[in-house]
Amino acid sequence: MLEIKNLHATVDGKEILKGIDLTIGSGEVHAIMGPNGSGKSTLSYVLAGREGYEVTEGSVTYNGMDLLTLEPEERAAEGVFLAFQYPVEIPGVANTTFLKYALNAMRKRRGEPELDALQFLKLIREKTKALNMSDDMLKRAVNVGFSGGEKKRNETLQMAVLQPRFAILDETDSGLDIDALRIVADGVNALRGADRSMLVITHYQRLLEYIVPDRVHVLAHGRIQRSGGKELALELEEKGYREFGVDEAA
Amino acid sequence: MSGTQETVDQVRAVTEQSYKYGFTTDIEADLAPKGLNEDIVRFISAKKEEPEWLLEWRLKAFRAWQAMEEPRYWAKLSYPPIDYQDAHYYAAPKTSNRPKSLDEVDPELLRTYEKLGIPLREQEILAGVEGTETKMPAIAVDAVFDSVSVATTFKAKLEEMGIIFCSISEAVREHPDLVRQYLGTVVPYTDNFYATLNCAVFTDGSFVYVPKGVRCPMELSTYFRINQANTGQFERTLIIADEGAYVSYLEGCTAPKRDENQLHAAVVELVALDNATIKYSTVQNWYPGNEDGVGGIYNFVTKRGACRGVNSKISWTQVETGSAITWKYPSCILQGDNSVGEFYSVAITNNRQQADTGTKMIHIGKNTKSTIVSKGISAGRSNNTYRGLVKILPKADGARNHTQCDSLLIGDQCGAHTVPYIESRNRSARVEHEATTAKISEDQLFYCRQRGLDPEDAVSLIVNGFCKEVLKELPMEFAVEAQKLVGISLEGSVG
Amino acid sequence: MSTPTPIRGATPQTALPYTEQFERLKAGLPGSGLDWVDALREGGASAFAVNGFPTVKNEAWRYTNLRPLEKVVFEPAEPRSDAPGFDVLPTVRAAGTSATRLVFVDGRFRHDLSSAAGLPNGVEVAGLADRLAGDPDWIAGRLGRLVDVDANPLAALNTAFLGDGAVLRIGRGVEVAEPIELVYVTLGREDRATVFHPRTLIVAEPMSRAVVVEHHVGYGSGVTLANHVVEVDVAEGATLHHYKVQRESGTAFHLSHGAVRIGKDACYDSFILTVGARLSRNEVRAELAGTGGTCRLNGAYMVRGQQHVDTSTFIDHAQPHCGSREVYKGAIDDSARAVFQGKILVRRGAQKTDGHQLNRALLLSDTAEIDSKPELEIYADDVKCSHGATAGELADEQLFYLRARGIPKDEARGLLIGAFLAEAIEEIPEDTVRENFQALVAGWLAAR
Ligand SMILES: Nc1ncnc2c1ncn2[C@@H]1O[C@H](COP(=O)(O)OP(=O)(O)OP(=O)(O)O)[C@@H](O)[C@H]1O
Ligand SMILES: [Mg+2]
Repeated sequence: MLEIKNLHATVDGKEILKGIDLTIGSGEVHAIMGPNGSGKSTLSYVLAGREGYEVTEGSVTYNGMDLLTLEPEERAAEGVFLAFQYPVEIPGVANTTFLKYALNAMRKRRGEPELDALQFLKLIREKTKALNMSDDMLKRAVNVGFSGGEKKRNETLQMAVLQPRFAILDETDSGLDIDALRIVADGVNALRGADRSMLVITHYQRLLEYIVPDRVHVLAHGRIQRSGGKELALELEEKGYREFGVDEAA
Repeated sequence: MSGTQETVDQVRAVTEQSYKYGFTTDIEADLAPKGLNEDIVRFISAKKEEPEWLLEWRLKAFRAWQAMEEPRYWAKLSYPPIDYQDAHYYAAPKTSNRPKSLDEVDPELLRTYEKLGIPLREQEILAGVEGTETKMPAIAVDAVFDSVSVATTFKAKLEEMGIIFCSISEAVREHPDLVRQYLGTVVPYTDNFYATLNCAVFTDGSFVYVPKGVRCPMELSTYFRINQANTGQFERTLIIADEGAYVSYLEGCTAPKRDENQLHAAVVELVALDNATIKYSTVQNWYPGNEDGVGGIYNFVTKRGACRGVNSKISWTQVETGSAITWKYPSCILQGDNSVGEFYSVAITNNRQQADTGTKMIHIGKNTKSTIVSKGISAGRSNNTYRGLVKILPKADGARNHTQCDSLLIGDQCGAHTVPYIESRNRSARVEHEATTAKISEDQLFYCRQRGLDPEDAVSLIVNGFCKEVLKELPMEFAVEAQKLVGISLEGSVG
Repeated sequence: MSTPTPIRGATPQTALPYTEQFERLKAGLPGSGLDWVDALREGGASAFAVNGFPTVKNEAWRYTNLRPLEKVVFEPAEPRSDAPGFDVLPTVRAAGTSATRLVFVDGRFRHDLSSAAGLPNGVEVAGLADRLAGDPDWIAGRLGRLVDVDANPLAALNTAFLGDGAVLRIGRGVEVAEPIELVYVTLGREDRATVFHPRTLIVAEPMSRAVVVEHHVGYGSGVTLANHVVEVDVAEGATLHHYKVQRESGTAFHLSHGAVRIGKDACYDSFILTVGARLSRNEVRAELAGTGGTCRLNGAYMVRGQQHVDTSTFIDHAQPHCGSREVYKGAIDDSARAVFQGKILVRRGAQKTDGHQLNRALLLSDTAEIDSKPELEIYADDVKCSHGATAGELADEQLFYLRARGIPKDEARGLLIGAFLAEAIEEIPEDTVRENFQALVAGWLAAR
């Protein structure tokens, strides 16, 4: 599904990713862990095509396509979804309006018919309920005045509605209480399937108990330092990142 | 500059441009000779078969105008001198001579309005509401084509309730006393250069009178269309809401694409008596000129409402997207105790457009209240200025004003300016003004694009969100149009 | 818009007495005969002759009418050696600390009253007249550089007559801990109206730091016009704290034009406290001329009776990555009138500008008046700019709350007004100055 080869990327002239190699097969869930500032979010932005993140070397192949040549919205239409670490506020734009725009824009791009208001409402009600979100949050402006946890839930809702083929979850577990964590994880697990893959960025082994990964990678200093099975997460939780030349304090 | 610039360029390339009202109607016109002098004033008055007092009034205005100077020193606008002699001051479709019914109206004209999406055939509109609960159309239209009103719909229906809705020329003939009682009482003929010019040469416009205690059941609307080349449009609108009356009025405007600039100098006067409410909404979409600033309408407009009665209310909502130059300050004179003035504005400038717009809230009576919400969006190489006056006179005990002015800049070649004037002479009055300036954040743009929206849609969505507070004040039918317009008018600018 | 259109042609009637004074006196002014000084003065005189006093038609003066000033012909103040009416000079310093204090009486520097003790090396303080007579080279090219006489008629008038005032030079890298105080005393004369045109030049060289405090005090009941121009150059990396308190008498006109240039990574921090004068105007034009600069223009005013106070500021963000902050608060009592005009200009290319302004006025009587015109003019998109303005009286709820706790009405009002003004005064980072200004506010409140 996704093949990242020797990926180097700079931000404001500073090299953050220094040769990432990572292959994620169809239906697989991979987790990335790593110390603060190691480049996890940078990787997710590069994959989603954010401006200002310049790829200087390497390649990313996604379902046979050169992902890096696509505009962000084209990637989205191809099924790439990023749940933001810091979801953005858009004043004055109602959550439903936003979702409807997003869904129909993608359907249009894929040549699928747009949903009418009724169909859309039905879909969104169903998903909201599954995520235990209130209708009130749908009417409010996108992420404006949402608590940290609400924002993360909102990201999950968008994912549930947009049904991506490749989802990157950048610390979607941060800020969630235990119940919310389970609900969100259920939402994510419901999406799992043979033709969907996921990249889950997290600091906590806890999440990986709910979303059990096929592989766990350690990202530090802009490189994948080690990869392993889900037991690697446990080990990291215990020992920290010292082995990778990172101070506890860092 | 990172990818933003790319986006800007890319999108710019896509355009040239979607002013979809830029077509002309090929129709024979009755045209006054070019130039402006007393004879032209008399000519217009004669064409309209006006009474003597009105001609005298026009002539007084014309003489006053000749002694006036164009106000050029304070507004943030720059444009070459206007040659007031190089235009026709009267243009009317030849066949439009007071048609009795729509059947007598030139079919070419009807087609024009169809193309503009303005329904004029009552039967068809009524057919559309047949099944609905009220069986009442949502909207009645007065269609003004160049200098004359060509049709007014649902007049008869409104008359049953005592509401007068007709062209001002007709009102002068049919309701001279009302016109004489109110015309020029809110905007005196000496008010300012453009208003005074309007007094001398105004050709048509709408007249509304809503009698005591009547709530007008449908939106009243005028649709202005400039078609003829080398003409100015000088319309005049007068709306009176008698005690306890309510009316919501909409105004829309378009003009063909032409390379020369055309002058539009309108005057709108509103009078609200005790407990009356007037809601006045405008979607101004005159031709803005091309992306190099060639052509476009010069829009110099004086709009003012007098809240004469206690508890009266006048609310202005405007969405200004068109015109090469906009000079416009819809104002409220809050005379009656407890009267309320509101001004909600979205002004979008793109390419080389210039807008200097805002409001004046003059608090005279006790416990008068005003609210100003202004959203300015500048793109391209345009300049967009909010200019507003809040004046509290000594007797306005307990007066309140709240002003919120937000500007959004798209691209680094445009300008956004905020110039409020706050004058308070009453200690119990409370005046609050806030203004902010920012740009669409890269974060917001990327977030939308990650969710599949292309940059244009993303900007349109974000800007619509930014304008939400104002757009929600528009009547439903207009709000949808206006939202689309916001997107369209920013095409070719986004980043 | 603030640039007046010069009306070419005859000199306005009300300017004539001053152009005549200029012709009569110019040969005797300090430094006369030095080419650059003569040229500077002639430039000022001719600009004033063209424009005369600004009128309310000039957008920058729409709320301050100088007619009462134009009705009087002010004679140039003469040198004097007396100092009647005062024995204690104002200061912000604690008793017993060493003083650097330049004292001016009716615009002229007074050696006998001044002292420059305890200044570190690399700092020069002097009277302008002395400087012009003794060692004019360093000020040549600096004096008059920041002032646009064509756009500012009163600065033009000052320039025509410039002769005395203060010159401060803070040398490269020098930090002056103790405040340098400039005391301008207005005495005037009972028998005629007098005018003087002090000129202050402050140059903070790169990486230097200093605190300058201006006191303006007045005694007596003569009609006076103090027409100040202050030029301030804060060079790269320097920090200048510049505070001013104006307590002239009720017959005084006090006009001041400040022109400030803020270099790269430099910081200009100012505060103006206005209590006195019948009519006063503080104009500050600050240019952020280098990247990374900071400009803080803060102030407070308290006026009563028939006083008129005008604060007109202009912050010019000419370079990217600069910040400006402005907080002005005022209390207006009786039939006094206050004017606040504050403009922030962000020029094309001045990206990452952060500019914020707040002005709030408290109307304390039925006949008090405030006219406020905050203004943003912005030509760059990646900026954060805002302004806020309010006008109104004390909040009833607060007043009631205090009274419900047993505080008498007048005292409660005083407390609340004090708290209102304190918000501005707290912007002053220098403890001694802040405390001194707080005491002045308390004094004003006690006199209500
Ligand atoms: N615009 C920028 N300019 C310079 N450095 C940047 C910029 N954006 C990010 N960085 C740096 O890139 C590095 C990687 O940041 P990134 O956000 O990818 O870390 P992360 O692994 O997601 O950290 P966290 O666990 O805290 O979310 C950090 O050192 C960060 O400071
Ligand atoms: Mg991160």
